Amino acid sequence: MNFQIALILGQDGITNGAIYALLALSILLVFTVTRILLIPLGEFVTFGALTMAAIQMGKAPALEWLLLALTLIDCGMDLYQYRHKLDGRKFQTIGLKLGYVIAMIALIQTLPLAELPMVFQALLTLALMVPLGPLMYRLFFQPLADAPALVLLIVSIAVHVAMVGVGLLLFGPEGARTEPFTDTVFRVGPMMLKSQTLWVIMVSVILIVTLFLLFERTLYGKALRATAVNRTGARLLGISPVFAGKATFALAAFIGTLSGILIAPITTLYFDSGFIISLKGFVGAIIGGLISYPLAAVGAVAVGLIEAFSMFWASTYKEIIVFTLIIPFLIWRSMTSHHVEDDE
Amino acid sequence: MSVQALNTNKPLLAVKDLRVSYGKVEAVSGIDLTLKEGQLVTVIGPNGAGKTTLLSAIMGLLPSKGDVHFDGEDYVSPEIETLVGRGLGLVPEKRELFSTMTVEDNLLLGAFQRYRKGDDTFENTLAEVYSLFPRLHERRHQQAGTLSGGERQMLAIGRAMMGKPRLLMLDEPSLGLAPLITREIFRIFADLRRQGVSILLVEQNARAALKVADYAYVLEGGQIAMQGPAAELANDPRVIEAYLGLASKHQELLSS
Repeated sequence: MNFQIALILGQDGITNGAIYALLALSILLVFTVTRILLIPLGEFVTFGALTMAAIQMGKAPALEWLLLALTLIDCGMDLYQYRHKLDGRKFQTIGLKLGYVIAMIALIQTLPLAELPMVFQALLTLALMVPLGPLMYRLFFQPLADAPALVLLIVSIAVHVAMVGVGLLLFGPEGARTEPFTDTVFRVGPMMLKSQTLWVIMVSVILIVTLFLLFERTLYGKALRATAVNRTGARLLGISPVFAGKATFALAAFIGTLSGILIAPITTLYFDSGFIISLKGFVGAIIGGLISYPLAAVGAVAVGLIEAFSMFWASTYKEIIVFTLIIPFLIWRSMTSHHVEDDE
Repeated sequence: MSVQALNTNKPLLAVKDLRVSYGKVEAVSGIDLTLKEGQLVTVIGPNGAGKTTLLSAIMGLLPSKGDVHFDGEDYVSPEIETLVGRGLGLVPEKRELFSTMTVEDNLLLGAFQRYRKGDDTFENTLAEVYSLFPRLHERRHQQAGTLSGGERQMLAIGRAMMGKPRLLMLDEPSLGLAPLITREIFRIFADLRRQGVSILLVEQNARAALKVADYAYVLEGGQIAMQGPAAELANDPRVIEAYLGLASKHQELLSS
């Protein structure tokens, strides 16, 4: 290996690491607030990427029908749950939800998708994908909110498997790759920098900083943190766990989809590629002990770098090396962590 | 004047035939309780009488049977968020603070529902809470978990006040506190009432509770054993014997 190759590998590693960091943060976020390990997070990445690819090819993404179906089930469940105390506000919410979905479908059917500027294509993809997050929480997790973490994990795995199947149905078995945001290539000394790499790193850093500000500075962010710290305390202040769950799932869907849009020009994604990607984010989250955000981000970047370099030295064992990484950290964690009594 | 008289007669909280069961065991059965606007009502009783269960059920933390009437609306097994939005606050026995967040963040989150509804006067309430508890102002950047027991109780009360409740329910506010701090906390109830907050106080410290309350209920074995104006109950021989009398009885024995 010479310096040139190390530079290229490092660049690849940091690009992937930035995406893993984003995913690690959403896994952590969802876990601390709702105790759910969000395994279907990877599906948001692939669905986002494949939807973006469909839009760029000028095809109406089949995702709109999934959105419509889930929204209909959601509205049906709302009507059933509140059948005894229906009032104007409930109908208004239901009307708003349905109106949004119908507006989205109308937009997709009428707009010249392929000719849109890329920003609008990305926005359209996000507008289609993000509502799936809260819908997923409402349909699969909200009825089980008080269940033990193990049950939530099992449901999470089931949702993941189902989503992979739905992905095959909606997008077909072919992989897809999208246009890079910009084509420019920069030269910095001996290094070639693709502009897409810069986009990934820039957007990730901006997103991480925004998340930090959101959680440290705004009352809504603090309310989500408070739910993670003390559920009962949060409920007593009128911060509903349902609201917190839906909000975190929306954030996770947003981050997952955006990650998908960011990496789609770099790698070809298939309907089932999401799992491995989110698993690597998960390794990062584990390094952060499922508590610490900065540690998780650093861990995720390390995962990206190790992956890139092991691809060079032992490409067959690339995944094994990355996932074996988790073992020393688990041992170290289990030796240093103490069981803390949860009394206050 | 007449409007005020009308207000004082209107029950702010009326509980009818409230029942809560843990599995098959009924912890609280057939409770009737009324609290009028501006009143301080206390519920006293021994350990395990169901006092905390009663408050949790009124608040909606526990599923219950029976009617809960609050501020003109009737609920059956109410939802917390609705009641908090309508001005009911609970300071629970375990305080339930956000221990890894700062004192100020804890207080601000108390106003979450108001913030959500676009009411931005909560900054004024924050100033009021700080003037009532100067100690909290000194420690506003400290993590809530680092506070002493008394300060935590102040924070829990302050946090509940941030929601501008019309009725504040307090569960054992004097639990584990030194007598001097207890006195301070009880003095705050008077301040709160002056601001128009009604209070439902659950206490083991029956003597102090009966002194500040207008009306009192005695809870025993999940049922209301006695009720009446606090001053009358304080002189009732049965209450004196069961809850107030130990010290004085002891003294009587000594002197005879």
